[in-house]
Amino acid sequence: MNDTVKPLPRWIDVGLIPIINVSIALLVSGLVILAVGENPIEATKVMITGAFGYDEGVGYTLYYATNFVFTGLAVAIAFHAGLFNIGGEGQAYIGGLGVGLAMLLLDASMPAVLLVPIAILSAALFGGLYAAVPAYLQAYRGSHIVITTIMFNFIASAIMVYLMVNVLINPGQQSPESREFSDAAQLPFMHEIFGWFGVTIAHSPLNLSIVWALICCVLVWVFIWRTKWGYEIRTVGFNETAASYAGIKPARVIMLSMCISGGLAGFVGLNEILGVQHRLLLNFTAGYGFTGIAVSLMGRNHPFGIVLASVLFGALYQGGAELAFEIPTITREMVVAIQGFVILFSGALAYMITPWMTWLYNRLSRSAVTPVEAEG
Amino acid sequence: MKFLLKVVAVGAMLLTTFGASAAEFKPAVVFDMGGKFDKSFNQSVFAGVEKFRKETGIKYREFEVTNETQREQALRKMAQRGHSPIIGVGFAQAPAIKDIATEYPDLKFAIIDSVVDLPNVQSYIFKEQEGSYLVGVLAAMASKTGKVGYIGGMDIPMIRAFGCGYEQGARMANPNIEVIHNMTGSTPSAWNDPGRGSELSKGQFDRGVDVIYAAAGGTGVGVYQAAKDSGKLAIGVDSNQNHLHPGTMLTSMLKRVDVAAYNTFKSAMDGTWKAGIYNLGLKEDGVGWALDEHNRALITPAMEAKVEQIRADIIAGKIAVHDYRTDNKCPK
Repeated sequence: MNDTVKPLPRWIDVGLIPIINVSIALLVSGLVILAVGENPIEATKVMITGAFGYDEGVGYTLYYATNFVFTGLAVAIAFHAGLFNIGGEGQAYIGGLGVGLAMLLLDASMPAVLLVPIAILSAALFGGLYAAVPAYLQAYRGSHIVITTIMFNFIASAIMVYLMVNVLINPGQQSPESREFSDAAQLPFMHEIFGWFGVTIAHSPLNLSIVWALICCVLVWVFIWRTKWGYEIRTVGFNETAASYAGIKPARVIMLSMCISGGLAGFVGLNEILGVQHRLLLNFTAGYGFTGIAVSLMGRNHPFGIVLASVLFGALYQGGAELAFEIPTITREMVVAIQGFVILFSGALAYMITPWMTWLYNRLSRSAVTPVEAEG
Repeated sequence: MKFLLKVVAVGAMLLTTFGASAAEFKPAVVFDMGGKFDKSFNQSVFAGVEKFRKETGIKYREFEVTNETQREQALRKMAQRGHSPIIGVGFAQAPAIKDIATEYPDLKFAIIDSVVDLPNVQSYIFKEQEGSYLVGVLAAMASKTGKVGYIGGMDIPMIRAFGCGYEQGARMANPNIEVIHNMTGSTPSAWNDPGRGSELSKGQFDRGVDVIYAAAGGTGVGVYQAAKDSGKLAIGVDSNQNHLHPGTMLTSMLKRVDVAAYNTFKSAMDGTWKAGIYNLGLKEDGVGWALDEHNRALITPAMEAKVEQIRADIIAGKIAVHDYRTDNKCPK
């Protein structure tokens, strides 16, 4: 009995190990910062206060986190079905296009109460349908979803450039952007909402989308763990052969999970287009779709973990910008390197220290138990 | 004793400059996504502000944005700390400059490549079509095959305006010329993709092109290299890139954003800063073509005479170069 290896308890697996991973990443980043002749402790301080130290920083951190929650959930849902959706970037782009088209069409004729649900629906619809094509190719034609979704990212950006430059551009201006939406077609910023209650906080792009992001987390949790469809998705993800033996149609599950995944990614468009920019423009996805993969991996594909990972990545983005601003010798490329280390250690190498931790844990718990057993 | 004097003198100098700049003059610049080392547009601004720093010893604060929302964030941060003037590089910063300049009416702002009509903003726009027209004339005259190429970065109106001016110039010099257009890509990476630039160039060379004009930021480096490898000619953009490959670089289309940036800082320091719209073309030396020792051998006296004649005609208003951006069309 003494020789059996006890598995790690949950608090170590999902709590302690990610913290250790992030610490290792920060340690390595510290060495890099040291190498360019800056003080790593000072830099870490700037990053943390930049991300959490004052209201504007917190606003930016949570605004980034909103995007990461959407793309993280998108990757997670596909992951539960055993699919690797790398197309979050393109689905977000097209989802934003959906929001933009709907608003450009309707913003003059409808009140905000109607426009916001329409925007949510069109983001989900456009993102979902855009993911449906690679899903169909995977389910019924056997084209690998990793390849097709990557390629669809490029198709999405080509479509957007064509539309923005030739069709939707506001005539007589340099910049390939649409006209601005009317006031009805704008989600209120958090500093505006706080303002209604007489509380003044600093301007930041944080808007009401964050509430929708949290609602999505709950909905995804219910869907994956409390519904028949979620059960089917997880079954296919565990073992496709067993699933079809049990009467589940994997092709349908692939379609379903990918459409939901694409819809969730499309909500980035809600945050960016309806919440922040209030006009349709190019490149608003800024890599959030790709970061979603790391967020999902780090959050262990669970909505709660994804929220935590999103806040961490939001803090990295915002703190990183602050770092580049405050300490000019730390360029934005260095900030990307630091973000890369965090992704490397907590995403790609997430399980690197698990064997050691298991060994250590067993060692410690055994030494605590052994004396009693020796007497018996 | 001498040493001590020196120390005191230097200290006093430092104190005065520091004191003056701390109380009075704190310039700042917000570069756009390409970054200050994009070998092109942003880098040219960087060269301008660096020149100012070297001349005056006054440091400026800078930031390079990495996504859409950081533009406003960076500009607001600069404004909160009382920096002035603040230069926003690139048309994409126009909406953010407009917001922040309205919020901070006492600070001075400048926007390059766009117009923000506020009493505390300098707007610099350039007639890129005029400069491109001139290099188009040169390309057509240098081409032996009667085919010239154009490689743009991302497909946006400004880059089409470059291509459109180029084509008009080429057609003016040789009515039968064939102009082949290509864009590098649909994402911002198109501004920094030398590999793709080189591929597109080789494709154009295979179709008989022997002079290529690239307006594609860092992608151009690949175009010039491909031209050198194939023994063809290339035309640089924004800053004078003739020195990159002497014998291959026919000329460069100059767009003096460095001068604009330098003048903003300098005039604000001298107290001669004035808000308004500066539309810089050939007449104002805002755009032009580069002739130096690196391309002297490639430009025949006939070419030089002709292009200078056309330049004078454009300035005099005898030749009107159409701007693609006015109606989103290019005359054929």
